[in-house]
Amino acid sequence: MEHIRMPKVENVRLVDRSLSRRTQVGTLYLTATHTIFVGKGSEDRNELWVLHSLVCNVVKHKASQSGYPLLIYCKNFQVIQFIIPQESDCHDVYISLSRLSRPEKYEELYCFSFNPNADKAERELSWDFLDLKAEYSRMGLPNKLWHVTPINREYRVCDTYPSDLFVPKSVTLPVIVGSSKFRSRGRFPTLSYYCKENHATICRSSQPLSGFSARCLEDEQMLQAIMKSNPGSRFMYVVDTRPKLNAMANRAAGKGYENEDNYCNIKFQFIGIENIHVMRNSQQNLIEVSALRSPSMREFLLGLENSDWLRHIKSIMEAGIFISKAVAEEGVSVLVHCSDGWDRTAQVCSVASVLLDPYYRTLKGLMVLIEKDWVSFGHKFSHRCGHLDGEAKEVSPVMDQFLECVWQLMDQFPCSFEYNEKFLISIHNHIYSCHYGNFICNSQKERKDLCIKEKTHSIWPHLWENKMDFMNPLFKPDQGLLRPSTAPFCFKYWRSLYNRFDRELHPRQSELDCLMAVKEETQQLEEELALYEQKLAVLDKERAKTLYMQKGVLDSKQTLWSFPLDASLVNTPQDYIGGLIGAAPNVFSSQQGERESLFGDKPKCPDADNSDQESGVADFSSHSSGEESLPSEDSVKDPDSDETGLNRA
Amino acid sequence: MELSEHIKTANVEDVTLRRPFHPALRGTLCVTSHHLLFSDRKDEASWQLLILLRNIDAIEKRTMGSSGTITIKCKDLLVLQLEIPGMEECLNIASSIEALSALESVTETYPFFYRPSHLNLHGPWGLSSTEQYYKQTERLWDRWRVSTVNSDFSVCPSYPRAVIVPREVDDEKLVQSARFRQGGRFPVLSYCHLRNGMVIMRSSQPLTGANRKRCKEDELLLQAVIDGSELGYIIDLRSAQQAQQARMTGGGFESKSCYSYWKRIHRHHERGKVLQESLIKLVEACSDPSHSVDRWLSKLENSKWLSHVHSALSTAGLVVECVERDGHSVLVHGSEGTDSTLLVSSLAQLILDPASRTLTGFLCLLERDWIQAGHPFQQRCAHSAFSHARLKQECPSFLLLLDCVWQVWRQFPLALEFSEALLLRLAQEVYASNYGTFLCNNEQERCAAGVKENTHCLFQSLLSPNIEEQYLNPLYEPTDLAIWPSVHPQSLQLWTGLFLRWTEYAQNMEEAREEMWSIMKEHREKAGPDRTNKTPSTHCDTLTPFENLMDELTIL
Repeated sequence: MEHIRMPKVENVRLVDRSLSRRTQVGTLYLTATHTIFVGKGSEDRNELWVLHSLVCNVVKHKASQSGYPLLIYCKNFQVIQFIIPQESDCHDVYISLSRLSRPEKYEELYCFSFNPNADKAERELSWDFLDLKAEYSRMGLPNKLWHVTPINREYRVCDTYPSDLFVPKSVTLPVIVGSSKFRSRGRFPTLSYYCKENHATICRSSQPLSGFSARCLEDEQMLQAIMKSNPGSRFMYVVDTRPKLNAMANRAAGKGYENEDNYCNIKFQFIGIENIHVMRNSQQNLIEVSALRSPSMREFLLGLENSDWLRHIKSIMEAGIFISKAVAEEGVSVLVHCSDGWDRTAQVCSVASVLLDPYYRTLKGLMVLIEKDWVSFGHKFSHRCGHLDGEAKEVSPVMDQFLECVWQLMDQFPCSFEYNEKFLISIHNHIYSCHYGNFICNSQKERKDLCIKEKTHSIWPHLWENKMDFMNPLFKPDQGLLRPSTAPFCFKYWRSLYNRFDRELHPRQSELDCLMAVKEETQQLEEELALYEQKLAVLDKERAKTLYMQKGVLDSKQTLWSFPLDASLVNTPQDYIGGLIGAAPNVFSSQQGERESLFGDKPKCPDADNSDQESGVADFSSHSSGEESLPSEDSVKDPDSDETGLNRA
Repeated sequence: MELSEHIKTANVEDVTLRRPFHPALRGTLCVTSHHLLFSDRKDEASWQLLILLRNIDAIEKRTMGSSGTITIKCKDLLVLQLEIPGMEECLNIASSIEALSALESVTETYPFFYRPSHLNLHGPWGLSSTEQYYKQTERLWDRWRVSTVNSDFSVCPSYPRAVIVPREVDDEKLVQSARFRQGGRFPVLSYCHLRNGMVIMRSSQPLTGANRKRCKEDELLLQAVIDGSELGYIIDLRSAQQAQQARMTGGGFESKSCYSYWKRIHRHHERGKVLQESLIKLVEACSDPSHSVDRWLSKLENSKWLSHVHSALSTAGLVVECVERDGHSVLVHGSEGTDSTLLVSSLAQLILDPASRTLTGFLCLLERDWIQAGHPFQQRCAHSAFSHARLKQECPSFLLLLDCVWQVWRQFPLALEFSEALLLRLAQEVYASNYGTFLCNNEQERCAAGVKENTHCLFQSLLSPNIEEQYLNPLYEPTDLAIWPSVHPQSLQLWTGLFLRWTEYAQNMEEAREEMWSIMKEHREKAGPDRTNKTPSTHCDTLTPFENLMDELTIL
């Protein structure tokens, strides 16, 4: 609160970045958690809410005729431009926002103040929504070769690993400890994915501290044990996801990579994925290209090329493909590492898992995968996403790249994923928003120390509740290993993410929504049909009864089916039968009407959108309806918190 | 010379066929006057591949020892390999393909021999005509008339017999105007916007030359188009500089002083050789999956194809803006008025006019605005992307149109009644066809060759009941609004369906299409016939015109 120098500024203009001449006048509020713009004209929709934690940069521009422009760049790629009449106000807002968007302590993050009327039990339930133990048992673990080691229960061996880790049953505790001492940050080889069908595994670790010649017997035994735990294979792959040059440079610092001569039966392989710094710059360049206002085709394509972004995506994908093929086709286990084993390793393991296991292509499966390979294994979300004010060099779009790999796969295999791209975009948004506790901190231990589960909520049940928005109507379940093409033209620019808020760039009609609506209606009709069939069955029984009673009167040769319907009903005493028959047409038409209104009433109703566009408030609707299609947005107001915010303001 | 004389070896056994993403097959290869036929040797369920020789763009032959390999590159971008035992056989087959795939005489081509049992040659040919369009469009009756001044093709050899012109301009004036326009292509009506009566006209450049010649009749004709309303726009599809230069070679542009009611806007469009080379570069870039992403993107950029798509769509959008939003009539022309002129005017209609977004409407549009309007298909489509032959008149204007239509469909997936499959079929048929629709360069040539009497019409066949369905868009939901496409580079995509047609990528897309159909079919079954025309969801918040175009309008 003390950081807010200026809680309210009147007569601020919000500029629609796409149609630069259109602006909307209104009032700007700064609250503890949000920047809020309320347009004049007091329609409900004229509001724009931006979470402070989503703000990545605030920039003042040179004064123009109409005032002092202030640009807010968000981590979800939204760019908001205000023009503030007074220079001093503009400066105050700038200073306040700069501070508010760079919290210094975890406790300042939104998730700690966000509290949607949930009681304790409900919150705990939200954290129980995903259970990694259940995930491992889905894979078939523990079994006679793999078990959970208790060694890291107190995070003593490795403070960035989770407490429960799967290792081969054959390794003893001293071997694990020995191996962990020979690995960066103590991140010893441990299981990430187990393939039930052929016992091959994907294991992960950090780089060995081999320097130029150091060896570690326990580490060698560890790898041997992993290899042996896959009874069918005679060797295993060790994949170093770094470029060879980088790995070699690490040897000078006493780190490095496995020497094939020292380890029995390993095949060593480099896969050159660049480091976090290269990726950060690459994405920065990509964002600049995406934000170009009406560039020429040439500028755009060359900019895309020069950013190198798609080349990096391709290299991650290729690593994933290599591993998935080793596991599924060769039945060989793989150990993956990079330097610390929490960035590239997480990317590659999880891409390989999506390719291998159809489960991860379902909504729940992707949640579990992220929870397992990223959250529990200590991907440093807070550093990489810049949740707190700190080292800019630690920020890198590692997780963005994983989500984009999944998107590229969805583009190549439109029927293989249960979820659609809105799901990925929504996850992307929440990784940065700090709205929920899942992606706070850098490891399980830190989260435990901070009592994340006691003080914040989990995102997953929230996404699950909205799952209808995230479904892919074309999904056909159960299609084994994905074999994507890595031809360069298969890697595309992800417009829906990078130009997410530039509504004019997107298709004006959505195939997806249309198909989804059709599917829903089909299902409704099916249910209706089932209902009628049920009623018909009752009817038939009744009719049989009647027939039985009237047997003496009627021609016995007449079959039940050819029997004229109303004739049999004329004298039936039961109310509901007569009622049903009489009302049948009405029932039908009224249901039809209901269905129509159902489509008419949908929040995404086209007419609403249209009228919106034509009324003068298109600027806002473009934001707000963007939110609407993604109901899980942070900037969508939550009744409680918003009001408190406003009141405070 | 009989066609059969080109065939020295008609049959070869034990030929191996290699296609992308299929296992190699062994079988028998036959060459006939118009086809290459490969049939699998397996007795049961024998598989056959029939390729129209006309579809073959280029071949490469390589001999090794006693056998040879022929690589066949088709105009529909498919590439095949045939391994033929026997060097002599290989060379014979190659020379037959070379001779028979490039027949000069139209009447020797396959459409003149194609006689399927379910079609008969008698009866009307084609879907629409100038007269029919006039008859259907009541809005025209008052101020416009059908002129048959060109009934013997003497006024303009590339125009159809009948054209629509302002009522108050008599045929004599038309003749004078035609003399003042390149190739005699005087301004004629292409489209009338029902909502406000504004029109899209098209023509070729005026022959003002270095001396700034004038033609009173031409000026009167254009003035009659405007008829009292304050002004019209001339969209000149050349840069201002190019238009100036054209005067040196006898061409030119409508000067402000002589055509005071018209405002001229210049929009540069590439044509001819440049477009053809663009296509060649694009296809080359697409044919090598081993490139790095960087190399691919720079090759894609370097081909400039998407830039051409971009400018065609932007100019069409500009035309639509003049007509629909500002309520002015438009005259479109470049130099000859047979390529980009048709591209822009027909795209504008697709964006503006709901009627041209139906399957029938779209085919009628193509028939009127491309075939009858004299786009020289035979010259433009003699070769596609693989030919090493020296380029003559080849130019993929029509392919560019199809690509632009595809872009519009991507952005408005519910607004077109036809599907991508139709666009792909047309892309194939325009280069090699069983039908006579795309033969010759104009109506005059078609009459001389007897196309209508001796071949079948593609469009009619596409509309026959059992075929039509595969070209329909299952999600179609008509909208009366203009469908303004976004022309930002971020919104335009490579047409993977065409350019990556023969890759594994396209196969997955096919699966998605089938799934989409089955969802819609299931719905139709459940919902019953009375509800089928009512697809529930509508998402057409369509009316966001291009602001950037407006800027340029106001600068004038």
